[in-house]
Amino acid sequence: MTRKSTALIAIAGLLALIAADLLAAPLNPYHAPPAFALGSGQVASGGFCGALPD
Amino acid sequence: MTSTVLEASSGSATALRRAALVLAALVAVGALTLLGGARYGFLLAIGLGFGIALEGLRFGFAGPWRAMILRREPAGLLAQLLAIALVSIVAIPLLSSHPGELTGAQAPIGWAMVGGAFVFGAAMQVVLGCGSGTLVNAGSGNPVGLLALPFFAIGSFFGAYGLIWWTSLGALPILTLRGTTGLAVTLVLLALVAGVAFALGKPGSRALPRRYVIAALVLAALAIGNLVVAGQPWGVVYGLGLWVAKGVQGAGIDLSGSAFWSAPGSVTRLHENLLTDYTSLTDIGLIAGAFGVAAWRQGGLSQALPRYPARAWVATVVAGFLLGYSSRLAFGCNVGAFFSGISTGSLHGWVWFAAAFAGAFLGIRLRPILGLEARA
Repeated sequence: MTRKSTALIAIAGLLALIAADLLAAPLNPYHAPPAFALGSGQVASGGFCGALPD
Repeated sequence: MTSTVLEASSGSATALRRAALVLAALVAVGALTLLGGARYGFLLAIGLGFGIALEGLRFGFAGPWRAMILRREPAGLLAQLLAIALVSIVAIPLLSSHPGELTGAQAPIGWAMVGGAFVFGAAMQVVLGCGSGTLVNAGSGNPVGLLALPFFAIGSFFGAYGLIWWTSLGALPILTLRGTTGLAVTLVLLALVAGVAFALGKPGSRALPRRYVIAALVLAALAIGNLVVAGQPWGVVYGLGLWVAKGVQGAGIDLSGSAFWSAPGSVTRLHENLLTDYTSLTDIGLIAGAFGVAAWRQGGLSQALPRYPARAWVATVVAGFLLGYSSRLAFGCNVGAFFSGISTGSLHGWVWFAAAFAGAFLGIRLRPILGLEARA
């Protein structure tokens, strides 16, 4: 076996994860935030590993 | 004549493969921009940039620490410090001037945080893959990275599950270096660490290779882009835990027993698509970008897989889980705590660095014992 098989497993797993999640929770472009947080006037609200739960 | 035809055929196949890789990246970013929003498309592009830079320039975090500890070669560590300094020059003033729109990687220093960073430092040397490195390794076909990754994600989920309990064992308030003074102190501390690394480095190994300088510049630019677009610094671990939490919730398991996963912000993100989660997007980009570079390279995916004894695979599973669990307790991995913490003025980033670097000594000793030095 070569790295080709393991790399393809990684990409296939990633695609499966994205596809399953798209079925469960479709994207909605009408709820899109401004392109840039900087200058948006909105409070940052993303999940982050350094943050306690909000 | 025949060899010329074969060479031409091979050349056109390579060109076709590379064109397909570029097209796939453009389609993915374009589709997400159209279907989700420009911010998400930008963040996927930034994540792809991280993956391409780290794999393409063969740059990382675990390897340079190992080189410094084992062979006293400081160049990789110096490049990391350079990248952090470059980000801090932009990020700390931006955080001061836009306190609501932008947040830093700022977290409390505590017992669990220090212990978590130590364990992370050890585990990342066992698998030779840190937060970003495990994703890059998996994407480029490294079997150790591929096996460690799902357990990293599971560990991240469980670490977040019990995070509040661990933090209650004792933690200081969040301490940050802010404004011009904070930036000056950060730069002086980085220069001091660089000076120590330089002094301890073996003569002849102290100069930064060109690719390390380029890597530091590119990583800094992408990290600043991440902050400007997402409003928060580059992180890795949160997204991995979220993937598992979504799976657990999808399986009908109640997460209300966890103060972390039942918090309003977590509940909102659990119900939204992972392509709208910032760290998930850069994580996906890291894996895909590394895959793209490996597939782009001539023979990049044709290497035979290394052979390891069974105990090495068991160690990979355990170390992968510990990477995820410990990085949640430590409020970040080498990216979220070390790179982004220090560059956004968080003192926990400095404590994380000291504890993880100490843990790296243990991990380096454990790696051969666990059979993770590959057989020929």
